[in-house]
Amino acid sequence: MSEGLVHLLQLLVSGVVTGGIYALVAMGFVVVYKATRVINFATGEFMMLGAFFAWTAMSAVQAPFVVALLVAVAASALLGMATERLVLRPLLGQRTISVIMVTIGLAAIFKGLAQIAWSGDYRSYPAIFPRAPIELGPILLPSRQFYPFLIAVGAIALVGLGFRFTRTGVAMRATADDQMAAFGMGIDIRRIFSLSWSLAAMTAAVAGIVVGIIGGISPQLGAIGLRTFPVVILGGLDSIGGALVGGVIIGVLENLAGGYVDPLLDGASLKEVVPFVVLVFTLMVRPYGLFGTREVERL
Amino acid sequence: MNPPLLHVNNLEVVYHHTVQVLKGLSLSVPEGAIVALLGSNGAGKTTTLKAISGLLPLEDGEIVDGQIAFRGASIAGNLPHRIAQDGLFQVMEGRRIFEHLTVEENLEAATYARKGGVDLGEALRKVFAYFPRLRERRKQLGGYLSGGEQQMLAIGRALVAGPSLLLLDEPSLGLSPLLVQEIFRIIEAINRDEKVSILLVEQNARMALGIASHAYIMENGKVVLDGPAARLREDRDVQEFYLGSRGGAQASYRNVKHYRRRKRWLS
Repeated sequence: MSEGLVHLLQLLVSGVVTGGIYALVAMGFVVVYKATRVINFATGEFMMLGAFFAWTAMSAVQAPFVVALLVAVAASALLGMATERLVLRPLLGQRTISVIMVTIGLAAIFKGLAQIAWSGDYRSYPAIFPRAPIELGPILLPSRQFYPFLIAVGAIALVGLGFRFTRTGVAMRATADDQMAAFGMGIDIRRIFSLSWSLAAMTAAVAGIVVGIIGGISPQLGAIGLRTFPVVILGGLDSIGGALVGGVIIGVLENLAGGYVDPLLDGASLKEVVPFVVLVFTLMVRPYGLFGTREVERL
Repeated sequence: MNPPLLHVNNLEVVYHHTVQVLKGLSLSVPEGAIVALLGSNGAGKTTTLKAISGLLPLEDGEIVDGQIAFRGASIAGNLPHRIAQDGLFQVMEGRRIFEHLTVEENLEAATYARKGGVDLGEALRKVFAYFPRLRERRKQLGGYLSGGEQQMLAIGRALVAGPSLLLLDEPSLGLSPLLVQEIFRIIEAINRDEKVSILLVEQNARMALGIASHAYIMENGKVVLDGPAARLREDRDVQEFYLGSRGGAQASYRNVKHYRRRKRWLS
Protein backbone atom coordinates (compact mmCIF):
# COMPACT_ATOMS: atom_id res chain seq x y z
CA MET A 1 0.00 0.00 0.00
CA SER A 2 1.38 3.41 -0.94
CA GLU A 3 2.48 5.77 1.76
CA GLY A 4 -0.08 8.39 0.76
CA LEU A 5 -2.94 5.97 1.07
CA VAL A 6 -1.80 4.82 4.50
CA HIS A 7 -1.57 8.46 5.55
CA LEU A 8 -5.13 9.06 4.36
CA LEU A 9 -6.43 5.96 6.13
CA GLN A 10 -4.62 6.98 9.28
CA LEU A 11 -6.30 10.40 9.16
CA LEU A 12 -9.72 8.88 8.48
CA VAL A 13 -9.43 6.45 11.35
CA SER A 14 -8.32 9.09 13.85
CA GLY A 15 -11.11 11.25 12.45
CA VAL A 16 -13.67 8.59 13.27
CA VAL A 17 -12.17 8.18 16.73
CA THR A 18 -12.36 11.90 17.40
CA GLY A 19 -15.85 11.89 15.94
CA GLY A 20 -17.05 9.16 18.26
CA ILE A 21 -15.98 11.23 21.23
CA TYR A 22 -17.57 14.37 19.80
CA ALA A 23 -20.76 12.39 19.31
CA LEU A 24 -20.82 11.37 22.96
CA VAL A 25 -20.37 14.99 24.07
CA ALA A 26 -23.02 16.10 21.59
CA MET A 27 -25.45 13.59 23.03
CA GLY A 28 -25.37 15.46 26.34
CA PHE A 29 -26.71 18.52 24.54
CA VAL A 30 -29.29 16.54 22.59
CA VAL A 31 -30.80 14.65 25.53
CA VAL A 32 -31.55 17.85 27.44
CA TYR A 33 -32.68 19.76 24.38
CA LYS A 34 -35.07 17.04 23.24
CA ALA A 35 -36.90 16.91 26.54
CA THR A 36 -36.83 20.52 27.68
CA ARG A 37 -35.88 22.69 24.65
CA VAL A 38 -33.01 24.09 26.69
CA ILE A 39 -29.50 24.31 25.25
CA ASN A 40 -27.28 23.41 28.15
CA PHE A 41 -24.10 25.44 27.78
CA ALA A 42 -22.79 23.87 30.98
CA THR A 43 -22.42 20.50 29.21
CA GLY A 44 -18.63 20.91 29.09
CA GLU A 45 -18.50 21.64 32.80
CA PHE A 46 -20.57 18.55 33.57
CA MET A 47 -17.86 16.66 31.65
CA MET A 48 -15.12 18.31 33.63
CA LEU A 49 -16.75 17.49 36.96
CA GLY A 50 -17.37 13.89 35.89
CA ALA A 51 -13.69 13.57 34.95
CA PHE A 52 -12.64 14.93 38.33
CA PHE A 53 -15.04 12.64 40.19
CA ALA A 54 -13.43 9.62 38.54
CA TRP A 55 -9.93 10.99 39.10
CA THR A 56 -10.65 11.53 42.79
CA ALA A 57 -11.99 8.00 43.13
CA MET A 58 -8.89 6.59 41.46
CA SER A 59 -6.25 8.69 43.19
CA ALA A 60 -7.78 9.08 46.65
CA VAL A 61 -8.99 5.53 47.30
CA GLN A 62 -7.17 3.68 44.50
CA ALA A 63 -10.47 2.52 43.04
CA PRO A 64 -10.17 0.39 39.90
CA PHE A 65 -11.07 2.25 36.71
CA VAL A 66 -14.44 0.58 36.17
CA VAL A 67 -15.50 1.38 39.73
CA ALA A 68 -14.30 4.98 39.37
CA LEU A 69 -16.27 5.29 36.13
CA LEU A 70 -19.43 4.03 37.81
CA VAL A 71 -18.95 6.28 40.83
CA ALA A 72 -18.45 9.31 38.59
CA VAL A 73 -21.53 8.44 36.55
CA ALA A 74 -23.65 8.00 39.67
CA ALA A 75 -22.42 11.23 41.24
CA SER A 76 -23.09 13.07 37.99
CA ALA A 77 -26.59 11.64 37.81
CA LEU A 78 -27.32 13.18 41.20
CA LEU A 79 -25.68 16.44 40.19
CA GLY A 80 -27.79 16.60 37.02
CA MET A 81 -30.95 15.88 38.95
CA ALA A 82 -30.13 18.51 41.58
CA THR A 83 -29.34 21.07 38.89
CA GLU A 84 -32.69 20.49 37.24
CA ARG A 85 -34.59 20.60 40.51
CA LEU A 86 -32.89 23.64 42.04
CA VAL A 87 -31.97 25.76 39.04
CA LEU A 88 -33.98 24.84 35.98
CA ARG A 89 -37.38 23.93 37.36
CA PRO A 90 -38.00 27.30 39.01
CA LEU A 91 -37.39 28.79 35.56
CA LEU A 92 -40.02 26.65 33.85
CA GLY A 93 -42.05 28.81 31.51
CA GLN A 94 -39.42 31.58 31.35
CA ARG A 95 -38.10 32.72 28.01
CA THR A 96 -35.54 30.45 26.35
CA ILE A 97 -32.87 33.13 26.36
CA SER A 98 -33.08 33.53 30.14
CA VAL A 99 -32.70 29.81 30.66
CA ILE A 100 -29.72 29.66 28.30
CA MET A 101 -28.04 32.52 30.16
CA VAL A 102 -28.55 30.60 33.39
CA THR A 103 -26.77 27.54 31.96
CA ILE A 104 -23.84 29.80 30.98
CA GLY A 105 -23.73 31.10 34.54
CA LEU A 106 -23.88 27.56 35.82
CA ALA A 107 -20.84 26.72 33.71
CA ALA A 108 -18.86 29.54 35.35
CA ILE A 109 -19.93 28.42 38.83
CA PHE A 110 -18.95 24.80 38.18
CA LYS A 111 -15.58 25.88 36.84
CA GLY A 112 -14.96 28.04 39.89
CA LEU A 113 -15.96 25.29 42.29
CA ALA A 114 -13.63 22.87 40.50
CA GLN A 115 -10.75 25.35 40.88
CA ILE A 116 -11.42 25.50 44.59
CA ALA A 117 -11.80 21.75 45.03
CA TRP A 118 -9.05 20.46 42.74
CA SER A 119 -6.94 23.60 41.99
CA GLY A 120 -6.12 24.65 38.45
CA ASP A 121 -3.34 22.10 37.95
CA TYR A 122 -3.26 19.58 35.14
CA ARG A 123 -3.72 16.01 36.28
CA SER A 124 -3.86 12.73 34.53
CA TYR A 125 -5.33 9.36 35.29
CA PRO A 126 -3.02 6.60 36.44
CA ALA A 127 -2.24 4.19 33.60
CA ILE A 128 -5.46 2.37 32.83
CA PHE A 129 -5.08 0.55 29.55
CA PRO A 130 -2.38 -1.60 27.99
CA ARG A 131 0.17 0.70 26.40
CA ALA A 132 0.79 -1.17 23.18
CA PRO A 133 -0.74 0.69 20.23
CA ILE A 134 -3.51 -1.06 18.35
CA GLU A 135 -2.66 -2.26 14.86
CA LEU A 136 -5.46 -2.05 12.33
CA GLY A 137 -3.77 -3.37 9.19
CA PRO A 138 -1.21 -0.74 8.23
CA ILE A 139 -2.61 1.78 10.68
CA LEU A 140 -1.40 2.31 14.20
CA LEU A 141 -3.77 3.70 16.81
CA PRO A 142 -2.45 4.83 20.19
CA SER A 143 -4.07 2.78 22.94
CA ARG A 144 -5.12 5.89 24.84
CA GLN A 145 -7.29 6.83 21.86
CA PHE A 146 -8.54 3.38 21.01
CA TYR A 147 -9.95 2.34 24.39
CA PRO A 148 -11.65 5.66 25.17
CA PHE A 149 -13.21 5.46 21.73
CA LEU A 150 -14.65 2.05 22.61
CA ILE A 151 -16.05 3.48 25.84
CA ALA A 152 -17.63 6.37 23.95
CA VAL A 153 -19.23 4.06 21.39
CA GLY A 154 -20.50 1.80 24.16
CA ALA A 155 -22.08 4.71 26.03
CA ILE A 156 -23.71 6.05 22.87
CA ALA A 157 -25.13 2.62 22.06
CA LEU A 158 -26.45 2.20 25.58
CA VAL A 159 -28.27 5.53 25.59
CA GLY A 160 -29.51 5.08 22.04
CA LEU A 161 -30.92 1.62 22.72
CA GLY A 162 -32.46 2.81 25.99
CA PHE A 163 -34.27 5.59 24.15
CA ARG A 164 -35.43 3.24 21.46
CA PHE A 165 -36.50 0.16 23.34
CA THR A 166 -37.45 0.92 26.94
CA ARG A 167 -40.77 2.13 28.29
CA THR A 168 -39.05 5.14 29.85
CA GLY A 169 -37.47 5.82 26.45
CA VAL A 170 -40.96 5.87 24.93
CA ALA A 171 -42.10 8.34 27.60
CA MET A 172 -39.07 10.55 26.97
CA ARG A 173 -39.60 10.60 23.22
CA ALA A 174 -43.34 11.19 23.67
CA THR A 175 -42.56 14.18 25.88
CA ALA A 176 -40.11 15.49 23.28
CA ASP A 177 -42.82 15.18 20.61
CA ASP A 178 -45.73 16.82 22.43
CA GLN A 179 -45.38 17.83 26.06
CA MET A 180 -49.04 18.55 26.65
CA ALA A 181 -50.25 15.31 25.10
CA ALA A 182 -47.67 13.36 27.12
CA PHE A 183 -48.77 15.03 30.35
CA GLY A 184 -52.39 14.17 29.58
CA MET A 185 -51.30 10.60 28.83
CA GLY A 186 -50.34 10.13 32.47
CA ILE A 187 -46.63 10.79 31.93
CA ASP A 188 -45.18 12.96 34.69
CA ILE A 189 -43.22 15.32 32.46
CA ARG A 190 -41.43 16.85 35.45
CA ARG A 191 -39.95 13.43 36.13
CA ILE A 192 -38.90 13.24 32.49
CA PHE A 193 -37.16 16.63 32.73
CA SER A 194 -35.31 15.51 35.83
CA LEU A 195 -34.38 12.21 34.19
CA SER A 196 -33.14 13.97 31.07
CA TRP A 197 -30.82 16.23 33.02
CA SER A 198 -29.48 13.35 34.98
CA LEU A 199 -28.99 11.25 31.84
CA ALA A 200 -27.24 14.17 30.14
CA ALA A 201 -24.94 14.63 33.13
CA MET A 202 -24.16 10.89 33.06
CA THR A 203 -23.20 10.88 29.38
CA ALA A 204 -21.21 14.06 29.98
CA ALA A 205 -19.32 12.35 32.81
CA VAL A 206 -18.37 9.46 30.53
CA ALA A 207 -17.36 11.94 27.85
CA GLY A 208 -15.29 13.91 30.36
CA ILE A 209 -13.46 10.78 31.50
CA VAL A 210 -12.78 9.80 27.90
CA VAL A 211 -11.42 13.24 27.08
CA GLY A 212 -9.46 13.25 30.34
CA ILE A 213 -7.77 9.95 29.47
CA ILE A 214 -6.68 11.35 26.13
CA GLY A 215 -5.64 14.83 27.12
CA GLY A 216 -5.46 15.16 30.91
CA ILE A 217 -7.85 16.80 33.36
CA SER A 218 -8.11 20.40 34.50
CA PRO A 219 -10.93 22.83 35.19
CA GLN A 220 -10.46 23.97 31.58
CA LEU A 221 -11.52 20.58 30.22
CA GLY A 222 -15.04 21.92 29.73
CA ALA A 223 -13.88 24.05 26.81
CA ILE A 224 -14.41 21.04 24.56
CA GLY A 225 -18.12 21.37 25.27
CA LEU A 226 -18.31 24.50 23.17
CA ARG A 227 -15.98 23.01 20.57
CA THR A 228 -18.58 20.29 20.13
CA PHE A 229 -21.39 22.72 19.55
CA PRO A 230 -20.89 22.67 15.76
CA VAL A 231 -21.46 18.90 15.88
CA VAL A 232 -24.79 19.40 17.60
CA ILE A 233 -25.89 22.03 15.11
CA LEU A 234 -24.76 19.97 12.12
CA GLY A 235 -26.50 16.81 13.32
CA GLY A 236 -29.63 18.58 14.53
CA LEU A 237 -30.24 19.71 18.09
CA ASP A 238 -32.89 17.11 18.77
CA SER A 239 -31.45 14.06 17.03
CA ILE A 240 -29.28 11.42 18.68
CA GLY A 241 -28.50 9.82 15.32
CA GLY A 242 -27.59 13.29 14.13
CA ALA A 243 -25.09 13.70 16.95
CA LEU A 244 -23.41 10.49 15.82
CA VAL A 245 -23.25 11.40 12.13
CA GLY A 246 -22.33 15.04 12.86
CA GLY A 247 -19.58 13.91 15.21
CA VAL A 248 -17.98 11.62 12.67
CA ILE A 249 -18.24 14.17 9.83
CA ILE A 250 -16.61 16.91 11.85
CA GLY A 251 -14.03 14.59 13.37
CA VAL A 252 -12.96 13.39 9.93
CA LEU A 253 -12.94 16.88 8.37
CA GLU A 254 -10.87 18.15 11.26
CA ASN A 255 -8.28 15.43 10.89
CA LEU A 256 -8.09 15.78 7.12
CA ALA A 257 -7.55 19.52 7.50
CA GLY A 258 -4.93 18.87 10.16
CA GLY A 259 -3.15 16.27 8.04
CA TYR A 260 -3.17 17.92 4.63
CA VAL A 261 -3.60 21.67 5.06
CA ASP A 262 -1.98 22.57 8.36
CA PRO A 263 1.56 21.52 7.31
CA LEU A 264 1.33 24.13 4.53
CA LEU A 265 0.12 26.91 6.80
CA ASP A 266 3.33 27.60 8.66
CA GLY A 267 2.09 27.39 12.24
CA ALA A 268 -1.53 28.39 11.67
CA SER A 269 -4.15 25.66 12.09
CA LEU A 270 -7.16 25.06 9.92
CA LYS A 271 -7.96 22.04 12.08
CA GLU A 272 -9.01 24.29 14.93
CA VAL A 273 -11.32 26.31 12.71
CA VAL A 274 -12.99 23.62 10.61
CA PRO A 275 -15.81 22.82 13.06
CA PHE A 276 -16.84 26.45 13.17
CA VAL A 277 -16.72 26.83 9.41
CA VAL A 278 -19.11 23.88 9.29
CA LEU A 279 -21.22 25.56 11.99
CA VAL A 280 -21.61 28.78 10.02
CA PHE A 281 -22.27 26.90 6.80
CA THR A 282 -24.91 24.70 8.47
CA LEU A 283 -26.70 27.67 9.95
CA MET A 284 -26.78 29.28 6.52
CA VAL A 285 -28.17 26.41 4.48
CA ARG A 286 -29.85 24.09 6.96
CA PRO A 287 -30.31 25.69 10.37
CA TYR A 288 -32.14 22.68 11.80
CA GLY A 289 -29.21 20.40 10.94
CA LEU A 290 -29.03 17.16 9.00
CA PHE A 291 -31.53 15.23 11.09
CA GLY A 292 -33.14 17.86 13.27
CA THR A 293 -36.81 18.72 13.33
CA ARG A 294 -37.48 21.51 10.91
CA GLU A 295 -39.23 23.89 13.29
CA VAL A 296 -36.37 23.78 15.76
CA GLU A 297 -35.55 27.29 16.87
CA ARG A 298 -32.61 29.09 15.39
CA LEU A 299 -30.05 30.44 17.75
CA MET B 1 -79.55 8.68 43.91
CA ASN B 2 -75.83 8.34 43.19
CA PRO B 3 -73.88 11.54 42.68
CA PRO B 4 -72.80 12.04 39.06
CA LEU B 5 -69.40 10.72 37.98
CA LEU B 6 -68.36 14.22 36.98
CA HIS B 7 -69.86 17.39 38.29
CA VAL B 8 -68.74 20.83 37.17
CA ASN B 9 -70.21 23.69 39.10
CA ASN B 10 -70.14 27.36 38.22
CA LEU B 11 -66.73 27.16 36.56
CA GLU B 12 -64.94 30.39 35.64
CA VAL B 13 -61.74 30.31 33.61
CA VAL B 14 -59.46 33.18 32.68
CA TYR B 15 -56.63 33.07 30.14
CA HIS B 16 -53.47 35.16 30.53
CA HIS B 17 -55.01 36.78 33.63
CA THR B 18 -57.24 38.87 31.35
CA VAL B 19 -59.53 37.00 28.99
CA GLN B 20 -62.49 35.35 30.66
CA VAL B 21 -63.56 32.33 28.63
CA LEU B 22 -65.84 30.42 31.00
CA LYS B 23 -68.41 32.43 32.91
CA GLY B 24 -70.10 30.14 35.35
CA LEU B 25 -70.38 26.87 33.50
CA SER B 26 -72.08 23.91 35.12
CA LEU B 27 -72.62 20.40 33.84
CA SER B 28 -72.74 16.78 35.00
CA VAL B 29 -71.95 13.43 33.50
CA PRO B 30 -73.80 10.54 35.17
CA GLU B 31 -72.10 7.15 35.45
CA GLY B 32 -72.37 5.19 32.21
CA ALA B 33 -73.77 8.03 30.10
CA ILE B 34 -72.71 9.74 26.91
CA VAL B 35 -73.18 13.47 27.37
CA ALA B 36 -72.71 15.88 24.48
CA LEU B 37 -71.38 19.41 24.82
CA LEU B 38 -72.29 21.48 21.79
CA GLY B 39 -71.84 25.07 20.73
CA SER B 40 -70.31 27.30 18.11
CA ASN B 41 -66.62 28.05 17.70
CA GLY B 42 -65.16 29.96 20.62
CA ALA B 43 -68.01 29.13 22.98
CA GLY B 44 -65.51 27.56 25.38
CA LYS B 45 -66.03 23.83 24.84
CA THR B 46 -62.36 22.94 24.55
CA THR B 47 -61.52 25.18 27.48
CA THR B 48 -64.07 23.28 29.54
CA LEU B 49 -62.42 19.97 28.73
CA LYS B 50 -58.92 21.29 29.43
CA ALA B 51 -60.06 22.70 32.76
CA ILE B 52 -61.41 19.27 33.70
CA SER B 53 -58.31 17.34 32.57
CA GLY B 54 -55.90 19.77 34.24
CA LEU B 55 -54.17 20.92 31.06
CA LEU B 56 -55.29 24.53 31.37
CA PRO B 57 -52.16 25.89 33.13
CA LEU B 58 -50.01 24.71 30.21
CA GLU B 59 -51.78 27.32 28.09
CA ASP B 60 -51.65 29.98 30.78
CA GLY B 61 -55.27 29.47 31.71
CA GLU B 62 -56.52 29.48 35.27
CA ILE B 63 -59.62 28.34 37.11
CA VAL B 64 -60.62 31.40 39.12
CA ASP B 65 -63.89 30.11 40.53
CA GLY B 66 -66.11 27.04 40.69
CA GLN B 67 -65.67 23.36 41.47
CA ILE B 68 -64.85 20.23 39.50
CA ALA B 69 -65.71 16.98 41.25
CA PHE B 70 -64.79 13.59 39.83
CA ARG B 71 -66.27 10.63 41.72
CA GLY B 72 -67.20 13.09 44.44
CA ALA B 73 -63.64 14.36 44.99
CA SER B 74 -62.39 17.76 43.90
CA ILE B 75 -59.83 17.56 41.09
CA ALA B 76 -59.55 21.26 40.20
CA GLY B 77 -55.88 22.22 40.31
CA ASN B 78 -54.58 18.64 40.22
CA LEU B 79 -51.75 17.87 37.81
CA PRO B 80 -52.80 16.35 34.48
CA HIS B 81 -50.89 13.07 34.87
CA ARG B 82 -52.57 12.46 38.23
CA ILE B 83 -56.00 13.14 36.77
CA ALA B 84 -55.26 10.71 33.93
CA GLN B 85 -54.11 8.08 36.42
CA ASP B 86 -57.29 8.61 38.43
CA GLY B 87 -59.27 7.45 35.41
CA LEU B 88 -60.21 10.64 33.61
CA PHE B 89 -58.68 10.67 30.14
CA GLN B 90 -58.93 13.31 27.41
CA VAL B 91 -58.60 12.73 23.67
CA MET B 92 -57.52 16.17 22.61
CA GLU B 93 -58.67 18.12 19.60
CA GLY B 94 -56.43 17.53 16.61
CA ARG B 95 -55.65 14.03 17.92
CA ARG B 96 -52.14 14.99 19.13
CA ILE B 97 -50.47 11.80 17.96
CA PHE B 98 -46.78 11.46 18.85
CA GLU B 99 -45.50 11.77 15.30
CA HIS B 100 -42.05 10.29 15.82
CA LEU B 101 -43.34 7.29 17.72
CA THR B 102 -44.70 4.18 16.07
CA VAL B 103 -48.34 3.21 16.45
CA GLU B 104 -47.37 0.67 19.10
CA GLU B 105 -45.22 3.16 20.98
CA ASN B 106 -48.06 5.68 20.92
CA LEU B 107 -50.24 3.06 22.56
CA GLU B 108 -47.49 2.13 25.01
CA ALA B 109 -47.18 5.77 26.08
CA ALA B 110 -50.82 5.62 27.21
CA THR B 111 -49.99 2.83 29.66
CA TYR B 112 -48.66 5.60 31.91
CA ALA B 113 -52.29 6.46 32.64
CA ARG B 114 -52.69 3.05 34.29
CA LYS B 115 -51.86 3.29 37.94
CA GLY B 116 -51.31 -0.39 38.57
CA GLY B 117 -49.55 -1.08 35.30
CA VAL B 118 -51.06 -3.05 32.47
CA ASP B 119 -50.36 -6.03 30.23
CA LEU B 120 -49.31 -4.21 27.05
CA GLY B 121 -49.92 -7.21 24.80
CA GLU B 122 -53.48 -7.58 26.01
CA ALA B 123 -54.12 -3.84 25.72
CA LEU B 124 -52.83 -3.88 22.14
CA ARG B 125 -55.06 -6.84 21.25
CA LYS B 126 -58.08 -4.95 22.52
CA VAL B 127 -57.20 -1.83 20.50
CA PHE B 128 -56.56 -3.87 17.37
CA ALA B 129 -59.88 -5.66 17.82
CA TYR B 130 -61.63 -2.28 17.64
CA PHE B 131 -59.31 -0.92 14.93
CA PRO B 132 -57.89 -3.70 12.70
CA ARG B 133 -56.32 -1.01 10.49
CA LEU B 134 -53.96 -0.07 13.31
CA ARG B 135 -52.67 -3.62 13.51
CA GLU B 136 -51.45 -3.40 9.91
CA ARG B 137 -49.69 -0.14 10.71
CA ARG B 138 -48.36 -1.02 14.12
CA LYS B 139 -44.70 -0.43 13.18
CA GLN B 140 -45.32 2.80 11.28
CA LEU B 141 -44.64 6.25 12.64
CA GLY B 142 -47.71 8.09 13.92
CA GLY B 143 -46.90 11.07 11.72
CA TYR B 144 -47.39 9.01 8.56
CA LEU B 145 -50.93 7.87 9.34
CA SER B 146 -53.97 9.30 7.58
CA GLY B 147 -56.29 11.59 9.53
CA GLY B 148 -58.77 8.77 10.11
CA GLU B 149 -56.07 6.38 11.30
CA GLN B 150 -54.72 9.05 13.64
CA GLN B 151 -58.17 9.46 15.16
CA MET B 152 -58.37 5.70 15.62
CA LEU B 153 -54.96 5.78 17.30
CA ALA B 154 -56.04 8.65 19.55
CA ILE B 155 -59.08 6.65 20.66
CA GLY B 156 -56.89 3.55 20.85
CA ARG B 157 -54.67 5.32 23.38
CA ALA B 158 -57.78 6.02 25.43
CA LEU B 159 -58.63 2.30 25.32
CA VAL B 160 -55.17 1.47 26.64
CA ALA B 161 -55.58 4.08 29.37
CA GLY B 162 -58.84 2.39 30.37
CA PRO B 163 -60.48 5.41 32.02
CA SER B 164 -63.86 5.53 33.70
CA LEU B 165 -64.55 8.91 32.10
CA LEU B 166 -63.43 9.81 28.60
CA LEU B 167 -63.39 13.39 27.32
CA LEU B 168 -63.58 13.45 23.51
CA ASP B 169 -62.80 16.72 21.75
CA GLU B 170 -64.09 16.86 18.16
CA PRO B 171 -63.50 13.25 17.15
CA SER B 172 -65.15 13.86 13.78
CA LEU B 173 -62.99 16.83 12.82
CA GLY B 174 -61.64 16.54 9.29
CA LEU B 175 -62.91 13.02 8.65
CA SER B 176 -64.97 11.77 5.71
CA PRO B 177 -68.67 11.18 6.43
CA LEU B 178 -68.16 7.43 6.24
CA LEU B 179 -65.34 7.53 8.76
CA VAL B 180 -67.37 9.78 11.04
CA GLN B 181 -70.08 7.11 11.14
CA GLU B 182 -67.49 4.45 11.90
CA ILE B 183 -65.88 6.49 14.70
CA PHE B 184 -69.24 7.24 16.30
CA ARG B 185 -70.23 3.59 16.13
CA ILE B 186 -67.02 2.75 18.00
CA ILE B 187 -67.55 5.50 20.57
CA GLU B 188 -70.95 3.97 21.32
CA ALA B 189 -69.41 0.51 21.56
CA ILE B 190 -66.72 1.72 23.96
CA ASN B 191 -69.37 3.32 26.13
CA ARG B 192 -71.47 0.17 26.14
CA ASP B 193 -68.87 -2.61 26.25
CA GLU B 194 -66.03 -1.02 28.19
CA LYS B 195 -68.40 0.76 30.61
CA VAL B 196 -66.74 4.11 29.93
CA SER B 197 -68.74 7.27 30.52
CA ILE B 198 -68.16 9.91 27.88
CA LEU B 199 -68.27 13.68 27.65
CA LEU B 200 -68.32 14.46 23.95
CA VAL B 201 -67.55 17.85 22.42
CA GLU B 202 -68.67 18.09 18.81
CA GLN B 203 -69.36 20.44 15.94
CA ASN B 204 -71.32 17.68 14.30
CA ALA B 205 -74.41 18.15 16.46
CA ARG B 206 -76.52 15.69 14.51
CA MET B 207 -74.13 12.80 15.14
CA ALA B 208 -73.54 13.84 18.75
CA LEU B 209 -77.25 14.07 19.57
CA GLY B 210 -77.66 10.70 17.88
CA ILE B 211 -75.55 8.85 20.44
CA ALA B 212 -75.80 11.07 23.53
CA SER B 213 -78.43 10.65 26.21
CA HIS B 214 -78.12 14.22 27.44
CA ALA B 215 -76.71 17.37 25.88
CA TYR B 216 -75.58 20.84 26.87
CA ILE B 217 -75.45 23.76 24.49
CA MET B 218 -72.85 26.41 25.26
CA GLU B 219 -72.62 29.98 24.22
CA ASN B 220 -70.18 32.61 25.40
CA GLY B 221 -68.76 30.53 28.21
CA LYS B 222 -72.09 29.40 29.68
CA VAL B 223 -74.63 26.69 29.19
CA VAL B 224 -77.69 28.22 27.54
CA LEU B 225 -79.74 25.12 27.01
CA ASP B 226 -79.63 21.55 28.19
CA GLY B 227 -81.84 18.51 28.31
CA PRO B 228 -82.26 14.96 27.11
CA ALA B 229 -80.77 14.59 23.63
CA ALA B 230 -84.09 13.36 22.23
CA ARG B 231 -85.80 16.58 23.31
CA LEU B 232 -83.03 18.82 21.95
CA ARG B 233 -83.27 17.04 18.60
CA GLU B 234 -86.88 18.26 18.43
CA ASP B 235 -86.14 21.79 19.63
CA ARG B 236 -86.81 24.31 16.86
CA ASP B 237 -83.81 26.55 17.57
CA VAL B 238 -81.46 23.62 17.83
CA GLN B 239 -82.81 22.19 14.60
CA GLU B 240 -82.38 25.44 12.80
CA PHE B 241 -78.98 26.50 14.03
CA TYR B 242 -77.23 23.21 14.74
CA LEU B 243 -78.92 20.59 12.66
CA GLY B 244 -79.17 22.73 9.55
CA SER B 245 -82.84 22.12 8.80
CA ARG B 246 -84.70 25.33 7.99
CA GLY B 247 -87.35 25.92 10.60
CA GLY B 248 -90.27 26.43 8.24
CA ALA B 249 -90.87 28.79 5.34
CA GLN B 250 -90.73 32.00 7.33
CA ALA B 251 -87.00 31.70 8.01
CA SER B 252 -85.76 34.85 6.41
CA TYR B 253 -83.44 37.67 7.33
CA ARG B 254 -86.29 40.12 6.86
CA ASN B 255 -87.92 38.55 9.86
CA VAL B 256 -86.35 40.65 12.61
CA LYS B 257 -87.41 38.40 15.43
CA HIS B 258 -85.78 35.47 13.74
CA TYR B 259 -82.65 37.47 13.08
CA ARG B 260 -82.30 38.34 16.75
CA ARG B 261 -82.71 34.74 17.71
CA ARG B 262 -80.16 33.71 15.17
CA LYS B 263 -77.76 36.34 16.41
CA ARG B 264 -78.12 35.10 19.92
CA TRP B 265 -77.30 31.55 18.87
CA LEU B 266 -74.39 32.21 16.60
CA SER B 267 -72.66 35.11 18.29
